[in-house]
Amino acid sequence: MSFFKPEHEIHRRRFSRNLGLAVALGGFVILSFFLTVEKVTQGNPMKAIRGEGHAVAPEDAALQGSN
Amino acid sequence: MTDTQIDTSAEPGANDFLQLLKPRVMSLVVFTALVGLIVAPVHLAPVTGFTAILFIALGAGASGALNMWWDADIDAVMKRTARRPIPAGKVAPGEALGFGMALSAISVVMLWLATNALAAALLAFTIFFYVVVYSMWLKRSTPQNIVIGGAAGAFPPMIGWVAATGSISVEAWLMFALIFVWTPPHFWSLALFMNADYDAAKVPMLTVTHGKKVTRNHILAYTLILAPLALALGFTSIGGWVYLATSAVLNAGFILGAVAIWLRNEDQAGADRYKTEKRVFTFSLAYLFLHFGALMVEAMLRGLA
Repeated sequence: MSFFKPEHEIHRRRFSRNLGLAVALGGFVILSFFLTVEKVTQGNPMKAIRGEGHAVAPEDAALQGSN
Repeated sequence: MTDTQIDTSAEPGANDFLQLLKPRVMSLVVFTALVGLIVAPVHLAPVTGFTAILFIALGAGASGALNMWWDADIDAVMKRTARRPIPAGKVAPGEALGFGMALSAISVVMLWLATNALAAALLAFTIFFYVVVYSMWLKRSTPQNIVIGGAAGAFPPMIGWVAATGSISVEAWLMFALIFVWTPPHFWSLALFMNADYDAAKVPMLTVTHGKKVTRNHILAYTLILAPLALALGFTSIGGWVYLATSAVLNAGFILGAVAIWLRNEDQAGADRYKTEKRVFTFSLAYLFLHFGALMVEAMLRGLA
């Protein structure tokens, strides 16, 4: 019996499944990140950089304006 | 040293899970949902739009996996479906069930978070309709299975529209109607030359229960109902001259094909190996693709104006 056994077909199938899951999870994380950025900034990334992404309810904005 | 024998057949690869999602059906769902989303008067931001399409497609894929789990016994009998992952022994039925259920939940929740509750509810209803109403109930009990079950395939453009606008309008209903009424003549023209498969699986297709002459009559009737519905879409806010011209030509072609099928009998069909039926089936695929393509062109033209 040699030290390095030839790769069995079952390992290839397992690897493809693991790789598929890794790609799906990685993709999901990236998608969630960009979706969050878009939701927070309404599609304008500069708002996030300038700190304008925080949602303020209209009534709160009015209160802030009256102070 | 004795090698332990292990069963390696039920060790699915990534591709086996991908096949559970019925990628070809998914591609049609992606296309029609994308059109529904693009032609809507409200435009989604790019990532939100992409997310909506992705999870509508994944929801459709999940219902495909659940359908394969439920129909594994008849899939094994039919030549066309015998190599699907479950009858081929590559994926265990329980795995397919878990995969389908998990993906259904993820896709509905993600569509809700990305767009709105109505779009998510419609997606959930579509999955329920396809798996429970069509697969579990209608498919094995009535020859009208295709007619009512076709609703599941008709929802994606409506979901795309609702994801963008948050409400259902006449345009969304007409896009739904276009696919809903197109489905029976499309599948029955397939059933005419795939009769033996459905017969072996004891699926009560119209060709099996009522014979091919009745099926030919039904194809013509549905094609005649389809034409005004398809043309009506051209007079809504998402229609226009490009769509109307395309639709008029395609409907004339489809009706002519249906009349040709209606005029034939089994001797004639058998003599040329169902040449006309096969031609109409192929044409029906182009019919749907070009209708939604024309809607997309109309949306682009409105964007340029």
